[in-house]
Amino acid sequence: MSLDRRAFEAKGYLVVPGFIDLHAHLREPGFEDSETIATGALAALRGGFTTVCAMPNTEPAIDSPGLVAELIARGGAAGGARVLPIASITRGRKGRELSDLVELAAAGAVAFSDDGSPVDDPRLFRSALEYARVTGRPLIEHAQDLALSAKGVMHEGAVSARLGLPGMPAAAEETAVARDIALAKMTGGRLHLTHLSTAGSIELVRRAKAEGAPITCDVTPHHLAMTDDWVAGSRAFAWEVPDEALQAVPYDSSTKVNPPLRGHADVRALWAGVADGTVDAIATDHAPHASVKKDVEFDQAAFGISGLETALALVLGGVRVHWAPMGAVIDALTIGPARVLGIELVEDDWIAIDRDAEWLVTADELLSKGKNTPVLGRTVIGRVVHVSMAGEPKLGGRREGNAEAVGRR
Amino acid sequence: MKWTRRHVLETDDWSRDEIETVLDQTHAMIEILQRPIRRAPPLRGRTVILFFAEASTRTRVSFELAAKALSADVTNITASGSSVEKGESLYDTVRTLEALGGDVVVMRHASSGAPYFVAERTHAAVINAGDGWHAHPTQGLLDAYTLRDALGDLDGKRVVIVGDVLHSRVARSDINTLIPLGARVTLSGPPTLIPTAWRCGQLPPGVTYESDLDRALDGADAVIALRLQRERQESGLLPSLREYSRVWGLAAERVARMRPGAPVMHPGPMNEGVEIDAAVAHGSRSLIEKQVTNGVAVRMALLYLLAGAPTPSGAPAPATSSEASA
Repeated sequence: MSLDRRAFEAKGYLVVPGFIDLHAHLREPGFEDSETIATGALAALRGGFTTVCAMPNTEPAIDSPGLVAELIARGGAAGGARVLPIASITRGRKGRELSDLVELAAAGAVAFSDDGSPVDDPRLFRSALEYARVTGRPLIEHAQDLALSAKGVMHEGAVSARLGLPGMPAAAEETAVARDIALAKMTGGRLHLTHLSTAGSIELVRRAKAEGAPITCDVTPHHLAMTDDWVAGSRAFAWEVPDEALQAVPYDSSTKVNPPLRGHADVRALWAGVADGTVDAIATDHAPHASVKKDVEFDQAAFGISGLETALALVLGGVRVHWAPMGAVIDALTIGPARVLGIELVEDDWIAIDRDAEWLVTADELLSKGKNTPVLGRTVIGRVVHVSMAGEPKLGGRREGNAEAVGRR
Repeated sequence: MKWTRRHVLETDDWSRDEIETVLDQTHAMIEILQRPIRRAPPLRGRTVILFFAEASTRTRVSFELAAKALSADVTNITASGSSVEKGESLYDTVRTLEALGGDVVVMRHASSGAPYFVAERTHAAVINAGDGWHAHPTQGLLDAYTLRDALGDLDGKRVVIVGDVLHSRVARSDINTLIPLGARVTLSGPPTLIPTAWRCGQLPPGVTYESDLDRALDGADAVIALRLQRERQESGLLPSLREYSRVWGLAAERVARMRPGAPVMHPGPMNEGVEIDAAVAHGSRSLIEKQVTNGVAVRMALLYLLAGAPTPSGAPAPATSSEASA
């Protein structure tokens, strides 16, 4: 519509609606050494996200209307992406009593989640789903059987066997997904399964959707791009041939994430889900951590990958090898998450993407306080060069490839 | 061959040549250990720091004897009484090690991969003396040496490893050392104590799994029994130690299924009556005491290769850590 947009299109950039991230950890209040709402909302913009949903696993957890209002106020003042608050399903995220879900929704919580921990008690989760029908807000569930995954620090498979690290089996996710689907079908409550990582989970959702169950799901860019070989030091994306030159030191805690990076067949199944629409959204699970949480032994390190700023480049890699069409991926970053939340796309939020810009991911390049990503030191392709929110330019053209910038140093 | 490695973290990426270089060097060290005065000068002026963040007596003492036999200065940082116990982070400990300026850091740690963390952050040569479930490369090398000594060439020989493979750094290092030497490995043990991927066909090359120990032992050239931690029963991985002992314990009549004279090994410490019968542990096939002796020699060989100074007598000078690459 605007001249601006056409100007960017004329330069060969891809102009699309601003991305919506259903799943980001902005760490404020409580863990400001890892991220703040201001730095997180700015990192979101850099990644092309004009709207970002903040997970409530803060200290205190976002479980009261006052805290929701406070988060909205801080988000508005941050001057970055729009920040939408997610409130916790249970009080203090302890998994024992429900938060005041109706009041939280009225205060502006766009969804509910105890992310980081699943709601382990199935009876309580059933109650939450019943309430989801009343609030009209989805429950965003981190599906994981805690007994099966106990002590696991990476995907259970041939790589964990070789590295001698305790594994989290695919079944720990899939049994929880099956339980959650059964409860969603029974209650009719809106269930959104976040960061699904296994072929089995995608197949369960595909079948449940075919039966008309009220279910949506997302996958993360890192699960779409990396395999458990990354824990052993590989830095070849799932679509690349393993390359000795791209080998890093094994046991790098930047590859430790929950759910864990899975096997190659799982990665392909996630892409198939994106391509056929089983996967509704691509969400970052942006999990920034201060270096003290990561610069430790692998099994002692915090789970999580800082992901807002590299999300686009990671998923474009799969598009280039035709694992999913560009349209499906852009939908999963825009209209897909909007539908999950039941919101409209903001018409004047748009971004321009340089599909061919090569850039080196470095700690200095990232606006997020969290430098914890295993793509540090890798060159990736694809970058947001312009962000416009409500008609205002937010991020100018200075961000293109940084190859020259690196050369100067 | 010229020695180029700076660290000994795990033998999984070592060539047969490298492994054989260590074993040949070990042979020379055995000779030193048989002298009336068990001491040679090549590490004089060098400092070896023994950093044991997990309890261990046998391995620590073995390294200490090895370092002293080569005239190194040895200092200990152990878990009890050190700041490790007070919650000092591994990062801080590395900075301290770095400031102390040791030439070699020998480390034992409960976290798999911790030696890689340290090796990335120090100028010293790092020897992994056991990390979590991952690796215990000096045990793998001493087992390979002991087997080669007993069986000759290991090409085509079949070694059975029985027990708690899942939690065993010894099993992983034995596999990573024996396979490049041409041996084949048969794993046996309860399904809950073998990595799932390895039971489901994704085994390392040269390795097979046979749940039935009798079948595994038929015609085998050697067997290594692993220590069974008693807490495996409490955590639901085993019905009972009694059943384990009957099904996967090394009893005399089982051992007789192997080739005549085929040796029996165990990394120690043993639970006699659980994974191995006393009669087998102390029987004629047992190489268990020899493993302990050879352990000192293997560790001397590695210390010499990583940090040994050229000797005045004109013996071949090993590479120093500065000119070597990881």
